[in-house]
Amino acid sequence: MSANFDAGIRTPDDAYERKRLAAVHPDSWNNPAPGGPYQLVVVGGGAAGLVAAREAAALGARVALIERHLLGGTCFNTGCVPSKALIRTASLYGEMRHATRYGAQMPDEIKVDFAAVMTRMRRIRSHLTSTTSVRLLAASGVDVFFGNTRFDGSDRLSVNGQPLQFDKALIATGARPHIPDIPGLKQAGFLTNASVFDLTELPPRLLVIGGGPLGCELAQAFQRLGSRVIIVQDLPLFLEHEERDAAQTLSDAFARDGIEVRLNTQAVAVRVEQGVKLVDLVSDDYHSTVSVDAILTGVGRRPNVQGLTLEAAGVDYGETAGIAVDDQLRSSNPRIYAAGDVCLEARYTNIAEESARIAVRNALLGGSERLSKLVIPWCTYTDPEIAHVGLYVREANARGIPVKTFTVPMHQIDRAITDSEEDGFVKIHVRDGSDTILGATIVSRDADDMINEITLAMVAGVGMRMLARVIHAYPTKTEAIREAAIAYNRTRLTPRVIARLRRWLGR
Amino acid sequence: MPQLCTLPDDDFLDRLQRGAFDYFVDTMNPANGLIPDTSRDNSPVSIAVVGFALSAYPAAVERGWMERAEAVRRSLLALHFFRDSDQSGSPTATGYKGFYYHFLDIHSGTRVWQSELSMIDSAMLIAGMLTAAAYFTADTPAETELRELAELLYRRVDWRWSQDGQGTIRQGWKPECGYLHYGWEGYSEALLLYALALGSPTHPISADCYPAWTATYQWENLYDQDFLYAGPLFIHHFSQAWIDLRGIRDPFMQQKQSDYFENGRRAVFVQRRYTQLNPHEFVGYDRNCWGLSACDGPNGDQVGPRNPQLRVFGYAARGVPYGPDDGTLSPPSVLASVPFAPELALAALRNMLLRYPQLLSADRLTTSFNATLSDSDGQPWVSPGHYGLDQGIIFMMIENHRSGWIWQLLRGCSWLRDGLRHAGFAGGWLDQATLDQAAGATSR
Repeated sequence: MSANFDAGIRTPDDAYERKRLAAVHPDSWNNPAPGGPYQLVVVGGGAAGLVAAREAAALGARVALIERHLLGGTCFNTGCVPSKALIRTASLYGEMRHATRYGAQMPDEIKVDFAAVMTRMRRIRSHLTSTTSVRLLAASGVDVFFGNTRFDGSDRLSVNGQPLQFDKALIATGARPHIPDIPGLKQAGFLTNASVFDLTELPPRLLVIGGGPLGCELAQAFQRLGSRVIIVQDLPLFLEHEERDAAQTLSDAFARDGIEVRLNTQAVAVRVEQGVKLVDLVSDDYHSTVSVDAILTGVGRRPNVQGLTLEAAGVDYGETAGIAVDDQLRSSNPRIYAAGDVCLEARYTNIAEESARIAVRNALLGGSERLSKLVIPWCTYTDPEIAHVGLYVREANARGIPVKTFTVPMHQIDRAITDSEEDGFVKIHVRDGSDTILGATIVSRDADDMINEITLAMVAGVGMRMLARVIHAYPTKTEAIREAAIAYNRTRLTPRVIARLRRWLGR
Repeated sequence: MPQLCTLPDDDFLDRLQRGAFDYFVDTMNPANGLIPDTSRDNSPVSIAVVGFALSAYPAAVERGWMERAEAVRRSLLALHFFRDSDQSGSPTATGYKGFYYHFLDIHSGTRVWQSELSMIDSAMLIAGMLTAAAYFTADTPAETELRELAELLYRRVDWRWSQDGQGTIRQGWKPECGYLHYGWEGYSEALLLYALALGSPTHPISADCYPAWTATYQWENLYDQDFLYAGPLFIHHFSQAWIDLRGIRDPFMQQKQSDYFENGRRAVFVQRRYTQLNPHEFVGYDRNCWGLSACDGPNGDQVGPRNPQLRVFGYAARGVPYGPDDGTLSPPSVLASVPFAPELALAALRNMLLRYPQLLSADRLTTSFNATLSDSDGQPWVSPGHYGLDQGIIFMMIENHRSGWIWQLLRGCSWLRDGLRHAGFAGGWLDQATLDQAAGATSR
């Protein structure tokens, strides 16, 4: 079954790819001649770097941006954008396979044209270069350089040997996949987020090592596209930072999709026999070997700090934690700031972008904005999706904040029932004894959009009492949020209050 | 069956309690006092079931179902066995560090199924030993030996070792791979384990261990019930088989102005609401047919062409509202809820028995059934035989409901009281016990 799988990965050379590469790193690009000292030099052209450069240019600053490889970084080229395009098609195939659940006829034959799936993804990615291109950035007033950056002092650096002076610098070099140290893995070959979107042929059998957000998303997507997927996670549950019940719901969804779930399991060795990858797995005292055609890994991510000679600039950093910054995103060199994955534990595009905005304002305008004041939601795009904002219960407990959770299972919500999407829940964490929202977790097919309502409430200081008064369109899944708020209101009706009410009504 | 269901509550419960007790009488290995996990052929021993048996003998003596001497003889058989068992921790031993492997061969008493050294199951076994010691207080050679053995076996448990240097107690250990690293977070049946481990006069866990565990709790409002969340019902039962948690509170419950007993009552309301909503539209579920808990269940090869879409989970800890839920319910978990919500539990059980008489045989409840997975005659899938854990928890929770006798007995166990106090419990009978102790000390 697997004999014909071509394990070689080559970036497809089609019109879409040529358009994308021409936009994010044109061959014909010549670095500009550096002007006098830049007011801001941004190192890294990913999500954080692009936002920083645009914001700084919009403020009227003299800005340079240096990118080593492709503008747009991980999110645009090998992360959020291609994965969401792929997940959309996979979701459609998932629905086809469960058509009878909706009273629909399952197609006689569900045939996946994987090449077409990937072509669509590349088309969408190249289409989005209309907002992510070197020429657009340059037109907005940013000097764009391609090359390797080395810091030569506290206020200067060089790009491929060409010196640049700066008043302030922002390092936004992002992170790269961390490859686990498994004997035989490198020799056998493996995929990461950097290469998986170059596939043109579906691996019949795929092993995913690591149950973080991207591992979970792609495991489910490839299973739905027709791969037989095994996912291995060296922990009791997926998504170690998420709530237990969310991760449990995801495990159940994986099992329903037919994914072979191996929790508390480590991949300890890989070898190739007759073109097939054999991976040894260990779960406590249970040893087994699985045969697969491809391995997707990249457990966690490591900040890109090497080669920058940060020591010369007096910037403290660690190989795992990245650049050390304070709450205002300033490094140990007061001229140099950092933003995004290179310095933050939460590695999401929206956090990277927002941290870049703060860093630019603090660097150029002498601001004192703090990262810890932000309310930032995130989402893992599995089915169901898992979205979170604010504090987790364990974080509230650790800080000594009394917390109470208002839970509404989606099976209580009419729209979830009519859509046959009852799995999941809305959990809103409040400071016990008040209506202040501390955070929320939503597990639902549309959790990504639903979480924004809670985020808005938190930013605007809207508590549960006010939320209970917000009329929602009917029927919608976001009614679960209002139901949680109404449940909060009911808890205010203590026996004493009810007795008073009765007396008043009976007067 | 109709006759049983029409009996007045106390007679109804008496029959079911006696039926449960007879499981221990009928299945004990006379050579070593060990009790099998299930009534099925070749079942191994579950050490927790032995703990339940040791706890049941005293109440059975009080009820006149067993002679005192016979109860002492059976208890000593088991205690001798554990005292003399291989504690080397080897793959074929019986235990290590005072703990025991979860499943043992009923004849040799050595580890089977490559099972783990189980902290929680060992705690239930030790609780059974302490229950026996609390009751058999006569100044006779046999009862004196029984008390000495129980104390010896409790004192030799190295609870501190079970922390593995971590903040909380590990769930298990295997000679092949060391400590098991399953997440064991959130409220669970481990309260008994923590109380025993904190009360140990020899190897107590560190003082910060209990708050570290309760820091993983989730206090939720679900279906309009404020409660400490735990999905499967058994979690709300097991510690309360031994410990009277009515009116005494640890810091968490003090903050929430509730207690674990009240919490169990609310868990019943949550179960009823869930089965009434019946999100997966399983057959039989309603407000008088509930009981999602840890139990046996159908396996994939038992799903026939009538239910091709049904995903089943075999033996699993089923829970609400997040599942797993495959339509399988545990009648023993309903009956064990009788102290928390007597009217609701009895109404549900009578309803379930009238509807599915095959759930009962020899006055003993099957561990589980699944009405969605019915045969061609419309009969539900029913788990064959009986499970010792079910019979144990049924026996004890009925006794506690009827008389509170086991709770009362264990209030007298100073180690357990110390453990509860070290965990920060206060109030109710525990404060009274403290006052009584102080008065006793003064008068001496």
